[in-house]
Amino acid sequence: MRKIDDLANLESESNSSAGFHLDSIKGTNRELLSIQDLSVAFPSDDDVFLAANKVNLTVEVGDVVGLVGESGSGKSITCRSIIRLVPRPGEIVSGSIMFKGRDLVGLSASELRKLRSSEISMIFQDPTNCLNPVFTIGQELIAILSQFGGISRSDARRRGVELFERVGIPDAKRRMSSYPHELSGGQRQRVMIAFAIANHPSLLLADEPTTALDVTIQDQILRLLLELRSEIGMSIILVSHDMGVIAHTCTKIAVMYGGHIVESGSVQKVLKHPQHPYTQALLSAVPRLARNSNGSTLAAIMGSPPDLSALPRGCPFGPRCKFVTETCSEISMHLDQVEPGHWSACPFIRKR
Amino acid sequence: MYPNGQSRDSAFNYASSGSGPILRVRNLKKHFLVRQALVDRIRGIPAPKVMALDGVSFELMPTESLGIVGESGCGKSTLARCLVFLHRADEGRIEFEGSDITNSSGMELRRVRGHMQMVFQDPYSSLNPRMTIGTAIAEAARFHKKILNDENEDTYVRKLLQLTGLTPGTALKRPHALSGGQRQRVALARALAVEPRIIIADEIVSALDVSIQAQILNLLQELRNELGLAVVFISHDLAVVANTTDRVAVMYLGKIVEEGPTAAVFNEPQHPYTKALIAAHPDPEMDSRMNSNPLRGEIPSLLAIPTGCRFQTRCTFAEEICSRVEPQLLDLPKRAIGHKAACHVMPFDG
Repeated sequence: MRKIDDLANLESESNSSAGFHLDSIKGTNRELLSIQDLSVAFPSDDDVFLAANKVNLTVEVGDVVGLVGESGSGKSITCRSIIRLVPRPGEIVSGSIMFKGRDLVGLSASELRKLRSSEISMIFQDPTNCLNPVFTIGQELIAILSQFGGISRSDARRRGVELFERVGIPDAKRRMSSYPHELSGGQRQRVMIAFAIANHPSLLLADEPTTALDVTIQDQILRLLLELRSEIGMSIILVSHDMGVIAHTCTKIAVMYGGHIVESGSVQKVLKHPQHPYTQALLSAVPRLARNSNGSTLAAIMGSPPDLSALPRGCPFGPRCKFVTETCSEISMHLDQVEPGHWSACPFIRKR
Repeated sequence: MYPNGQSRDSAFNYASSGSGPILRVRNLKKHFLVRQALVDRIRGIPAPKVMALDGVSFELMPTESLGIVGESGCGKSTLARCLVFLHRADEGRIEFEGSDITNSSGMELRRVRGHMQMVFQDPYSSLNPRMTIGTAIAEAARFHKKILNDENEDTYVRKLLQLTGLTPGTALKRPHALSGGQRQRVALARALAVEPRIIIADEIVSALDVSIQAQILNLLQELRNELGLAVVFISHDLAVVANTTDRVAVMYLGKIVEEGPTAAVFNEPQHPYTKALIAAHPDPEMDSRMNSNPLRGEIPSLLAIPTGCRFQTRCTFAEEICSRVEPQLLDLPKRAIGHKAACHVMPFDG
């Protein structure tokens, strides 16, 4: 089976995964997904605006890539375009999404259907909306397992129980005949994860999977995702607004603002030495448990997140940036390498 | 300063005059009945009870900020709603400035609510979409007789908008034209329009982006300093509570399990549940990368609260006594003044 090869690959490389040298391995067979210059447009009243603007992102085998940003930054749209789930009337207007050597942008509906259930799967913030209330979770899981044939009903059932056990649903055999409303929020998300990994995808897209959950349950779910990632050798793209969740889960991070990726690199590098003013400001706006001095003010970012239909010229963060200069409205947004494995879209940061 | 010119001095004089707490809550209980099948009702089977609040006591000093933190279902929002009489508590006592207001109604209730104002999580659903912001703010002030004639209205509203960091032009807009952060500022302005002594803030920053969240938290802090407000700050986010409160109470299944000065509770947590919450809190600082034991299981159903200590089913330190005897919230001898925990095992280990 394909999985075993992937696993072997993963293990042999896990020793070196502590330090990411992304650029040095580019182009080798470690690369799983490569997004080049992806732009997604939405029509507004009499114009169009770009929800994702020339996004570049590479995911290698075993990576957990965090897409972080505030609402309207384009993180969810970028994630959804990978499996072509951009809500209408939005559409991909340029760029390519190469996955295992083929471009997903041009796929037909039937090819997409096959890809979505077996190669790339996705979990969402609100599992309640994703589960069909008139079927038991067992029925749904068996349907997913047997959609391509080649598995008997009783085998599918056995596999289903195993999967539910694996994702931590207590009393899995009996739970097969439960309806979604009988489960708690955390358990529903576990069910979604079981559905998502049922056909051993090589890439899991997780769009704010723990945002609706309590912290203790969030902790359990994130751990589960990381365990499954090494067990079945899949890579993960995790979309979150929570820097803490990203820091605890991801190996790489891409910070988005106004449809652009403004900074990317390994989690260690970006969080320890952020090289874009937005990342710096965002990190200092997060309240910390360790600094619980009451009365001190938090470092808020002035203004509010940009309106995508009226983005400022040049750097979208310009109007809120502490270090803004006159030339900021003239720069073209592109990522420059600041050190190996670390890119920033701010050309001025190193000159300060 | 409040628009009518009531200065913060009055509040500070009050605080320094050494009088007691502004709000005192004693053994507050609230249950809800679960809807039952008709068959069960005919058979006379009693409706199952959800104990949302099961004996909560605390005191709030004037100008103090008290954090209430816990997971969903712990009763923190029910507590907030009982404090402003959106729910009537079944049992217990609520005192405002020493006088019992538990059973207040009519004009007395109106007076009480003038002193305590609540701000909710979702400002969009707490603002009338058909009213301009100015009208909405003035309505609250008129109701509580803070403005008596039309001439005063504009100045009054403008001062409140200024106080909460909004432009005067906001008064003419409707809620849909504002961003989430601006709406939450409006919600605060409207609460302040009746010149309250206490603000009850129920998850007021949970729906906001991080950068805006910091703005609103800073604003609340400024308002507290300027107006001498006392705040009951309810949140599920430990870090937010850690940065905005003087004292904190941790709730689990309808009870306070740990209480104390914020720094003491977060730096030296004594209850296993508080410890687990802190361990599960993801902090962007890398050093705290996941390595501790995760809390097992999920929060039990309020319909079937465990016997003895409520937390024993998920606790790694549970002993035999924990399943029999319910621990009381007691002062911890070797800890900071006012630091209390309800645990048989942990606080007394060395």
